[in-house]
Amino acid sequence: MQTTFGRGRRALLAATLAAVVAAGAVGCSSGDSDEDAGGEVTLVLNTFGGGTAFAYDDVIPEFEAANPGIKVDYRIVSERFDDQFRPQLLQWLEAGSGAGDVVGIEEQGIGELMALPEYWTDLTQYGLDARKTDFPEWKWNLGVDADGKLAALGTDVGGMAMCYRKDLFEKAGLPTDRAEVSALWPTWEDFTKVGEGFKGKAGDAKFIDSPNTIYNVRMIQEAGAADGLTYFDQQGGYILDKTPAVRTAFDYVMELQSKGLLAGLRNWSDEWNAGMLSGGFATIGCPSWMLGVIQGNSGEENKGNWDVASVPGGSGNWGGSWLGVPTQSEHPEEAAKLVEFLTGKQGQVGAFKKGGNFPSSVSGATDTEVKAAVNPYFSDAPTGQIFGDSVASFKPVYFGKYHSAVRAVVEEVILGIIEGTYSADEGWGEFVKQGKQVVDEMGG
Amino acid sequence: MTTAAPSVPAVPKSARRRLLRFEQRGMPYALISPYFLLFAVFGLFPLGFTLWVSLHRWRLAGEKQWVGFDNYSFLLTNERFWNATGNTLGIFVMSTIPQLLLALAIASALNKRMRFRLAIRLGILLPMVTSVVAVAVVFSHLYGTEFGLFNWVLDLFGVDNVNWRADKLPSWFAISSMIDWRWTGYNAIIFLAAMQTIPRDLYEAAAIDGASPRRQFWQITVPQLRPIIIFTVFVSTMGGLTLFAEPTMFGSGLYGGGTAGQFQTVAMYIVQAFRQRNNYGLAAAAAWLLFLMILIVALINYLFVNRIRGSR
Repeated sequence: MQTTFGRGRRALLAATLAAVVAAGAVGCSSGDSDEDAGGEVTLVLNTFGGGTAFAYDDVIPEFEAANPGIKVDYRIVSERFDDQFRPQLLQWLEAGSGAGDVVGIEEQGIGELMALPEYWTDLTQYGLDARKTDFPEWKWNLGVDADGKLAALGTDVGGMAMCYRKDLFEKAGLPTDRAEVSALWPTWEDFTKVGEGFKGKAGDAKFIDSPNTIYNVRMIQEAGAADGLTYFDQQGGYILDKTPAVRTAFDYVMELQSKGLLAGLRNWSDEWNAGMLSGGFATIGCPSWMLGVIQGNSGEENKGNWDVASVPGGSGNWGGSWLGVPTQSEHPEEAAKLVEFLTGKQGQVGAFKKGGNFPSSVSGATDTEVKAAVNPYFSDAPTGQIFGDSVASFKPVYFGKYHSAVRAVVEEVILGIIEGTYSADEGWGEFVKQGKQVVDEMGG
Repeated sequence: MTTAAPSVPAVPKSARRRLLRFEQRGMPYALISPYFLLFAVFGLFPLGFTLWVSLHRWRLAGEKQWVGFDNYSFLLTNERFWNATGNTLGIFVMSTIPQLLLALAIASALNKRMRFRLAIRLGILLPMVTSVVAVAVVFSHLYGTEFGLFNWVLDLFGVDNVNWRADKLPSWFAISSMIDWRWTGYNAIIFLAAMQTIPRDLYEAAAIDGASPRRQFWQITVPQLRPIIIFTVFVSTMGGLTLFAEPTMFGSGLYGGGTAGQFQTVAMYIVQAFRQRNNYGLAAAAAWLLFLMILIVALINYLFVNRIRGSR
C-alpha cells in the first residue's frame, strides 16, 4: 500500500515537472523552417484581407510550375490590415523573424513602412527596376523607401466609380442606364443636384450611404488633382488644417448633410451593411474592391438592382497594395522572383480573374481580358473598362508615416458631427485638434 | 541467484529513503512551484518589463529611447486619457451597483422553496457560458439606431429613436446592460452558495423575536454575506476597470469608443496606443496607471464594504 501510494505521488511529481517544462517549451517555440530536405526552397508569402484577399490561389501554382525547386506557402494572416496585420508585421520586423520572404503592404501603411528602410531588401539588385515603365509613376514611387531604394512593387489598385441602385433611381424618376447616369454627374455640383432631385421620391431611402465614403472619394481625388498632399507633407509635418483638398472634402460632406442627402451610417458597420440589403441608400463611392462588399451585403435578391457608373470628377483611387521583401528573408533572390511574377501581367490578371483585384500595372490594366470583363451581379456593367479609365487618369497621393492613425480619428469626428456629438460650427476645429492629438500620441 | 537476492534490495533501500525524505520535505514546494514559475514568467516579468518600457519612447521597428516619466506626464495632462478614465469609472459604477444588488435579490429569491429550483438555478448561470463577443454582437444589433429592437420597442410607446452610441449616458447604459446580463447570474450563484451556509437558527431566533423577512434580510443575510460581498466587489472591480470586449464590439470593433470617445475605456486606450499608434511606451505607462487605479478603487471599495455591520 505504501509503495503504490508513493508511486502515485511520484507520478504526480513527474507530471507536474513535465507540465512546467512543456509550458516553457511552448513559450520558446518559434521558427519557420523554410528549407526542405531536398534542397527545395519554400517561400513564405504573408498577406491579409477578407474574402479572396490577394486572390493568388490560381496564380501561385502557375509560378511553382514555371519555377521548379521553389514552393510558395501562401498565407492570409488576418482579415484587416491596419489594426491587425500592420502591428503584427512591425513585430516580426523588430523580432528579426516571422515576416517570411514576401509581405503584402496596404496603401494605408505604405508610408509608415517605407519610412523604415533598414528592414527592406533593395529590389534593384535583382533587376526589378526594369519594371518601372510598366507602372503609373505614383504607384511606383510609393514603393520607394526613405533611403530612395526600390523596396516594394504594386499589386492592385482600387480605382473609383459610383455604384447606384437602379430600382431606387427608377422610383425617383431618374434614368437607370449607366451611360445616362454617368452623364448626369460630370462634376460634384451636378452630383449634389441629382441628390436633391432624388430626395424624398424613393421612400425613406437616402441618396448617399455614409459621410466617410464620400469624404474619402472626394478628398483623395482633390488631393490628386492638386499637389498630392493630404494630412502630412513630405517632411512629416502635420498639414491637415492647411490642405485645400481636405477642407473641400470636409465642407462638401457638411453641405450634403445640411441638404439631407446622407444616410449618416458608419461605413463597415452592421447598419451600413443592412442598408445595402434593404435599399436604405441609392449610391456608394465604389473602388473596385467595393463591388465584392456590396455583392456580399446585398445578397442574391438584389442581383441586377445595382449598377456601376463613372464617379463625378472622373478619376480616383481608394486602396491597393504592394509586395516587399524583408531583409530577414533567407532567400531574397527567389523572393524577388515571386514579387516580379505576382506584380507582373500574369500575376495581376490572374488575381483580377479570381477576386476582381484591379491590376495596377499598365500591361495588366490594358490586358484584353481585363478590359472586356463585365460583372454579372452589377447588371453586366463593364467594370474592366470603367475602372481602367478611372485609374489611367488618376494623379498620385502621398501618405505620411502617421496617415492611417490620423485618418481613423478624423473620420470619427466627421461621424460625430453627423450624429450630433459636435455642432457643425465646432466641427472643423475639432477635426483639426483631434488629428493633432494623434500626432502627439504617436510621439510627434 | 540466492546470494544475490539479499544484496539487491540494499541499493534501492537508501535511494528510496532519500526519495521518501524528498517527498516529505520537498514535495509541497515542488507541487506549488508550477504556479510560481508560471507567475514569474507570465506575471512578474511582464509587469517589470512593462515598467521598463513605460520609461522609454518605444516603437516597434523604431527607436527605444530613455525618456524618464515623460509618458506619465503626457498621460496625466492628456484630455483623451482622462476621458477614458471617466468612462471606465462611469461604466463601472453604472454596471456594478445594480448588478450586485440584483444578484443579491435573485439569490435571496432562489434561496426560498420553489418548484424547479435546480433548473432555475442553472438557468440563471446560462449567460456566463456564452462568449463575451457573441453577447456583444447580439446586443450591438439590439441597440442599433435604425434597425435595432430596443428602438423599435421604444417606438411602440411613441419615443423617438435613441442613437445609443452618440452620447455618453446612452452608450454607458447599453454597455452596462451587456455586462449585467452576463455577470448578474454568476454573482447570484455565489451569493446563493454563501446564503446556504448561514445557520438556520439565526433566522428562527429572529422570527421568534418578531423580525420581518425584510429585516431578516438586511440584518442577518447581508452582514453574514460580508466576506462574500467583499470578494464579489473585488472581482467586479478588476473586471470592470479592465473592461474591453463589450465596448469594443459595441463600437464596431474599433478602439476609439465612439465618435468622440464616448465609451472608450482605459483598456481600449492602451490597445489603441500600441496597435494603432505604435507607441509602446505610452501604452505601457497607461497600463501602469490602470494598475494603480485598480489598487486604489479596490481599496476604497474594501473600506466602504467593510462598514457593513449588522446588529448582533
